[in-house]
Amino acid sequence: MPILVFVETAEGKIKKTSLEGVAYAHAMGGPVTAIALGDVETAELEGLGKYGASKVLHAADPKLNKGIIQVYASVLSKAMQDEQADILIISNSSLGTPVAARVAVKVGASLAANIVSLPETTSGFVVKRSIYSGKAFAHVELKNQKKVLVLRKNAADIKEVGAPVKVTPYSVSLSDADFAVTITSAELATGEVLLPEANIVVSGGRGMKGPEHWHLLEDLAKTLHAATGCSKPVSDMGWRPHHEHVGQTGIKVAPQLYIAVGISGAIQHLAGVNSSKYIVVINKDAEAPFFKAADYGIVGDAFEILPKLTEAIKKAQ
Amino acid sequence: MKILVCISHVPDTTSRINFIDNNTKFDTAGVQYIIGPYDDYALARAIELKESTGSTVHVLNVGLADTEPTLRKALAIGADEAIRINAEPTDSFFVASQIASQAKANGYDLILMGRESIDYNSGVVHSIVGELLSLPSVSPVMKLDIEGNKAKVAREIEGGKEYLEVNLPFVAGCQEPIAEWKIPNMRGIMSARTKPLKVVEPTTIDGGVKLTKFELPPPKGAVKMVSADKVEELVTLLKNEAKVL
Repeated sequence: MPILVFVETAEGKIKKTSLEGVAYAHAMGGPVTAIALGDVETAELEGLGKYGASKVLHAADPKLNKGIIQVYASVLSKAMQDEQADILIISNSSLGTPVAARVAVKVGASLAANIVSLPETTSGFVVKRSIYSGKAFAHVELKNQKKVLVLRKNAADIKEVGAPVKVTPYSVSLSDADFAVTITSAELATGEVLLPEANIVVSGGRGMKGPEHWHLLEDLAKTLHAATGCSKPVSDMGWRPHHEHVGQTGIKVAPQLYIAVGISGAIQHLAGVNSSKYIVVINKDAEAPFFKAADYGIVGDAFEILPKLTEAIKKAQ
Repeated sequence: MKILVCISHVPDTTSRINFIDNNTKFDTAGVQYIIGPYDDYALARAIELKESTGSTVHVLNVGLADTEPTLRKALAIGADEAIRINAEPTDSFFVASQIASQAKANGYDLILMGRESIDYNSGVVHSIVGELLSLPSVSPVMKLDIEGNKAKVAREIEGGKEYLEVNLPFVAGCQEPIAEWKIPNMRGIMSARTKPLKVVEPTTIDGGVKLTKFELPPPKGAVKMVSADKVEELVTLLKNEAKVL
C-alpha cells in the first residue's frame, strides 16, 4: 500500500522539509506517492522521483493556489482514499500541521506531530516525538489502521535514490463550505533563507546593541547561506520582525548549525534551539549560560569577531 | 459574544524535565504549574474583547483536580466561568474531543486557545476542534479583531504574515503579540474565589494514540572554547570535526 506524502512549495520550489517527507516515506519502505496542490512547476514535481517518489500527483486547480487549511484537508483526505493509502506524511509547517490534524479527524487516523525519526515497527507502530520544547521525547504507539505523521525537520536524510517520474494530474471537486476563510493578503520576506527550513541559522541577541549592527550577522549568514534569527528581547524591541524570533514562544529551529551571537541563553531561548545539531556561542561574557549548551564557544567582542569569522569562512569555502 | 478560552496546565518554562516509574511518568517534584504561555495570550485577548464588546468569557481545562488553581488564576485574570473536564489530558484528539463536546453544548461565537501546549507541543488541538465542529480554524494568530460577525486575523507563516477574514464562529490558536499577558489584581483574585467552576465528566473517546515511554536526550558534552583572535580555528572545527560547513 502506498504512503502518501504532501509536498509544499515556497517561491515555486519544493520545500526541503517536504523532500525530507519523501525520503522518510521511502526509508519506511514505500511505495511513495507524492501529492502537490496548486501552482508548482512540473519539473520540480518530476524531480521528486529522485528522492524516492514512484508516483507524483498534481492537483493544479487554481483555487488551490492559496493554502486554505480546510480545502487542503479535504483534498488530501480524498487522495488517501483514492490512492488507498493508510499513511499520510506531512512536514511540520504553518500549513502542514493544521492540515494534518484535520485530515486525521476526517479519515479516523492516529495522529502524531513533531516526529524526529523513523517508526519502530517490531511490535506495533511506534514513533518518537519531541516534547517539552525539545527537552524530552515521547514514544507513542499509533494504533489505528490509518496514520497521519507530522515530521519535524531532520526526521530523515534526503538522498538521491531514483530518477525523475512523470506527473499525474489529479482532479478535485472542491466544496464551497471549505472556503470559509479568505486569505486577503500576505507579507513575505522574499529571497531569504526561511528560518524553519535553514541548515544554518545565525542569531543575534541584545549583545548586538541595536538593529544598525545587524549587517554583521547578515554578512555572515549570506556567506553561509544561512537564515537570520534573533532572541525574544530583540523582537520585542522591534529590532527584528517577529517571524525571526527563535525560542519557546517563537520559532523552534533544528538546523545543522546554530550560531548565537550576543545571546545570553535564557532557558526560553534554549527551548527553541536545543534540537540543533551543533551550537556555536559568541558572547563577551564568559559566564553566559548559553556556553553550557554549546559545542563551540568564543568569548569576545562580537563586532570584532563577526567580520573576521565571515572572512575566514569565505577563505575556507 | 460568548467566548471560550481553552487553557493547558503546564510546567513553568524554566522547569527541569524528569521522568519516573521507568520513564513512564512525568516527575512533578518541585515543578511549578502555570497557564500555558500561548493560552495566556489567548486569554488576554479574550478579556480585551470582553471589555470592548461586552462578551462573556468561559475558560476550560481538561485535567484532574490539581489543575483548579490554574483555572482560578484564569478567573482572577477576568474570565467569568470555569469548566474543568475531569480527566487526564492524554492526547490531542482526546482533549480536542472534550472541548468540542462542551462547545457543542454551550454554543460559543469564538473558541480561543494557544497555538500549542508547551508540554506536548503538537499544535493540533485547535485544528481538531475545528474539524470536529465543522468550523474554520486559524493558527498561529498574532492579531485578532472582531467587526460585527466577521474577524480579521493575521497569522504567522514561514518568513512573514498572512491576513485572513473569517466569519464567526471559528477556532483560533493564538500567540504573541495578540495581546499583553494580564496579571491578576487583588480584586480579581478575591472575586475569582466565588466565580463558578463547573466540573464535568469526560466523554469516552480513543484517539488511537498510546504513550509507551518517555526519553531524555543524551547529556551535552563539554563546550570547546576557541580564542577570539583565532577564529580560523573555529572554522576548521566546524569543517573537519562537526562537518557542517
